[in-house]
Amino acid sequence: MVDGSLAAGSLPDPAPRARFAKAWGAHRRARRLQWLTGAALLALLIAVSAWLGEVNLALLWERLPRFGSYFGRMVPELAWATLWDDLAYWYWNGWQWLAALWQTVLIAIYATLFGAALAYVFSFLAARNLTPAPWVGVAARRTLELARTIPELVFAVLFVFAFGIGPLAGVLAIGLHSFGALGKLFGDVAENADPEPLRGVRATGANWAQTMVYGATPQLAPDYLSYGLMRLEINVRAASILGFVGAGGIGQELYRAIKNFDHTDISAIALMLIAAVMLIDALCGWLRGLLIGRDGLRAL
Amino acid sequence: MATMIGLGLFFWGLHALEVTPGRLIDGIGQLGRVFMLMMPPAITEHVWDYVRAIGETLAMAFLGTLVASLLAVPLALMGARNIMPVGPVRLLVRRSSDVVRGIDSLVWAIFFVSVVGLGPFAGILAIAINDTGVLTKLYAEAIENTDREQVKGVRATGAGRTQTIGFGILPQVMPVLLGNSLYFLESNVRSATILGVVGAGGIGFFLMDRMMINAWREVALIVIMVLITVACIDALSRILRRRLIGPVTR
Repeated sequence: MVDGSLAAGSLPDPAPRARFAKAWGAHRRARRLQWLTGAALLALLIAVSAWLGEVNLALLWERLPRFGSYFGRMVPELAWATLWDDLAYWYWNGWQWLAALWQTVLIAIYATLFGAALAYVFSFLAARNLTPAPWVGVAARRTLELARTIPELVFAVLFVFAFGIGPLAGVLAIGLHSFGALGKLFGDVAENADPEPLRGVRATGANWAQTMVYGATPQLAPDYLSYGLMRLEINVRAASILGFVGAGGIGQELYRAIKNFDHTDISAIALMLIAAVMLIDALCGWLRGLLIGRDGLRAL
Repeated sequence: MATMIGLGLFFWGLHALEVTPGRLIDGIGQLGRVFMLMMPPAITEHVWDYVRAIGETLAMAFLGTLVASLLAVPLALMGARNIMPVGPVRLLVRRSSDVVRGIDSLVWAIFFVSVVGLGPFAGILAIAINDTGVLTKLYAEAIENTDREQVKGVRATGAGRTQTIGFGILPQVMPVLLGNSLYFLESNVRSATILGVVGAGGIGFFLMDRMMINAWREVALIVIMVLITVACIDALSRILRRRLIGPVTR
């Protein structure tokens, strides 16, 4: 009795409830329809991609053991008794590989320097708040886009053709790509530059270039250096495969080993490469920590 | 003194890389000649082959990123400090993702060509495995950076382990996950364009082939087609990001 009166008192009119139920139902139907369309679209996209990409899971399943044996053959024969001789046999060409690895690292360093130097100049041209004229900004941004969209390897083939086989083509190819990628990152940072120091420098009668060097550079340098170091890490990886097209570095040795099915050579070179990449990553991380740590907590 | 040593090192490095002014000047002249040869871009009967190859490239990037994203979620959960209490498992996941990541997708592509044969399928697998390594690391870091309060809140309602992960952690990291996957889709379209160099499908095969036979006007056409495709994908990904994640400043 009490319950009945309470329910009747709190809900005298069932109409709002029905309206809500109806609206809720419609909302849910709309949501479900949206969801179904999305799922159908995704399924269609997957199906088309699978057809274009010649996906064949049965083949993969059948060949999977081959993949295992491929890695199995890469493991060298090492016995504890003759460990030293076995290692020497595994790394029979170790010194030459080390030289090629060193060249790879050099390519990455010089490419980063080259790309960063160009990107430094272009970042001021491209940043909307610093650019000397709007059309210069647009032109600079388009140039950077072009440089970072064309893959390094395409540049590398072009430069091997123009400059001949060797590390120079690699430096230029990675450098040009880094220029595009770093130019964008630098430009984004430069757009957030504090205008006060710029005004101060300009008030002394400095021209545009002087304003950039003395007003913008000091406040942007930590971020620029940090991004440059990050790029160096990426470039070491990129430089490791340039040898595939004759642009120097360890890639040439790796490609030869893979083509000739010298399985233990592949593992030997790959291990050296991974160790070098990890070492450089750690070094860059440490340097970056030094750079940023001193400047307080910069979010990067 | 320090400047002297720096300059000395710099020039010694240039010497080690066999960089000489003569080679630079010769090369730039040669490059200019190549550019002249590229003009105007040729539209030949091969255009439809190129369109199909670009479709293949997009398919490789899309499926590779999709598979990598799906594989990376459970792996990242196993590699995140706040979810996986067993240290050795975490270490194994993290270190193996380091190794997988350290090997370039082009090298993976060579591996997979030898496993499943020439064609875009090898490229898909190469992109998928390389990105699984990268995304596992990124996702795991995102999961480790989640807010504890929300997790505690979900746990306080009596939720079990799976429920806590499903309702406390995944909703928080979803935008990061989607954002990263979209970003990698963009970057994979770029990297998929070169996998053809080693026979793993896509437009890269034609690009290399035309360069090798010095058909520079067709090279120019392919490069322009690739640039347009990449611009379209970037725009599409920007729209998707806005719709799925909301206006995030990246």
